[in-house]
Amino acid sequence: MSIPLVPQLLRSHLKELADNGQRLDGRTQYQGRDVELEVNVLGNAEGSARVRMGDTIVFAGVKFQTMTPYSDRPNEGGLMCMAEVRPVAGRQHEAGPPSAESIELSRVVDRGIRESGCIDTSDLCIIPGEKAWQVILDLFAVSDDGNLFDAFALAGIAALRNATIPQEKFEVGEDRPLVVSKTPIMCSYQRVGGRFIFDASGREELGGDERIHITLGDDNHVHSLQKGLKGAFTAAEFKELMEEARKKGDELRKMVHALDGGN
Amino acid sequence: MGYGDVQMIDANGIRNDGRKAGDVRPISIELGVVPVADGSCRMKWGSNDVIAAIYGPMEAHPRKIQRQDRAVLDVRYNMAPFSTSDRIRPGFNRRSREISKVTAEALESVVMLELYPRSKIRVEIEIICAEAGTRCVGLTAASIALADAGIPMTDLVISVASGKINDVVVCDLNKSEDNYGEADLPMGVLPNSGELVFLQMDGDLSPDEFQEAWDYNMNAAMVIHEYCVEALKTGRYPQ
Repeated sequence: MSIPLVPQLLRSHLKELADNGQRLDGRTQYQGRDVELEVNVLGNAEGSARVRMGDTIVFAGVKFQTMTPYSDRPNEGGLMCMAEVRPVAGRQHEAGPPSAESIELSRVVDRGIRESGCIDTSDLCIIPGEKAWQVILDLFAVSDDGNLFDAFALAGIAALRNATIPQEKFEVGEDRPLVVSKTPIMCSYQRVGGRFIFDASGREELGGDERIHITLGDDNHVHSLQKGLKGAFTAAEFKELMEEARKKGDELRKMVHALDGGN
Repeated sequence: MGYGDVQMIDANGIRNDGRKAGDVRPISIELGVVPVADGSCRMKWGSNDVIAAIYGPMEAHPRKIQRQDRAVLDVRYNMAPFSTSDRIRPGFNRRSREISKVTAEALESVVMLELYPRSKIRVEIEIICAEAGTRCVGLTAASIALADAGIPMTDLVISVASGKINDVVVCDLNKSEDNYGEADLPMGVLPNSGELVFLQMDGDLSPDEFQEAWDYNMNAAMVIHEYCVEALKTGRYPQ
């Protein structure tokens, strides 16, 4: 694919806006786009969610498979998180094996969920040493207008919190809800026009510099961090982003909890 | 369970989802569902849920794929990993490659490619929930999305499959009818000319049964065409 040429014009425009405390779409520095969150939207997934933030739209689907537990953890199941950014999501996305960007995406989302400990892997055991549940979270972008990270993370945790383990289909008991005890939330910031902004749009990503992804748990514990792209930031900048992420995280967490099923 | 072992239609001719032999599953269409694309459509048909998006016409690269006298259509049919009962491993497989090929060839028959020499039009078909007949939904949705993108076409392509269950010919097979039925005949019809641009079949049909299935498809295509036209006029069907 052609390397996206970042027009100097776009960068200088973004710089000008930043100097006046403005953004391309009229938002303030730490203002996110309106978020639409729906759960149980896909008929064949055991848990699912759809997130829309501006023109960014993603789905998350949860499926279950049985696995043989790892020999050093015979009483535990597993969690796998995969993100796909297929060409449907934008003209810049090409067919082929997963790009480095989409691998980073799925790994960062995966770490936030995994490390929060929200899924008790020992609850996924069916027969110790022989059979356990593997939870597979597939993240699927339909339309990419920036900040797929936060959209994926939000759709992912909402889908998991509404998932049912299909025990009847596998003939190992009655269906039961997947227990998800916490709600890790990711907030992503990108340097655009010299300062960090929350929830970058596609144009802002195109003309932006480094990005920082922060995943916080219910008690504001940090569960995953990632710095991506070229650029350097100061400790003071990071401290401010952490504070912002706490505020925004609480807001988004409430949104997820409002849709919780019986979990 | 094999052919004929599953009872899917009762003595009164009512199918296991309550339809009569000639009925089509409920259909809804929404345009513009991929805001970053040049044209798009989400089609729900029974429990099928399919998104089609169009990008282009755009520069075709590498240059070796360019055609001096027309545009090339780059069609991809894909099933999302969570779209079926058993998870699908991501990536191309032989089935999706074949469906992509025949879908491309069906659409090439209606898109006025000669208007865009040396360019490429991308057609992305994503199955996010599959019941039965995803190739038909994908092809129909792709033709609506092409129209939504404003790409000149000689006609829409309306695709529907009929088949045979328990020795009865029925229209628009559902999942169990597709799995345990005796025949499946998907067709892609041009509603204005009555021509066909897509045809597959597997199973066992007598000449009379074949004609009955053919007629079911033709009639269903005309009905579905009305839905598509309404969606293209107003952005959605039903209102």
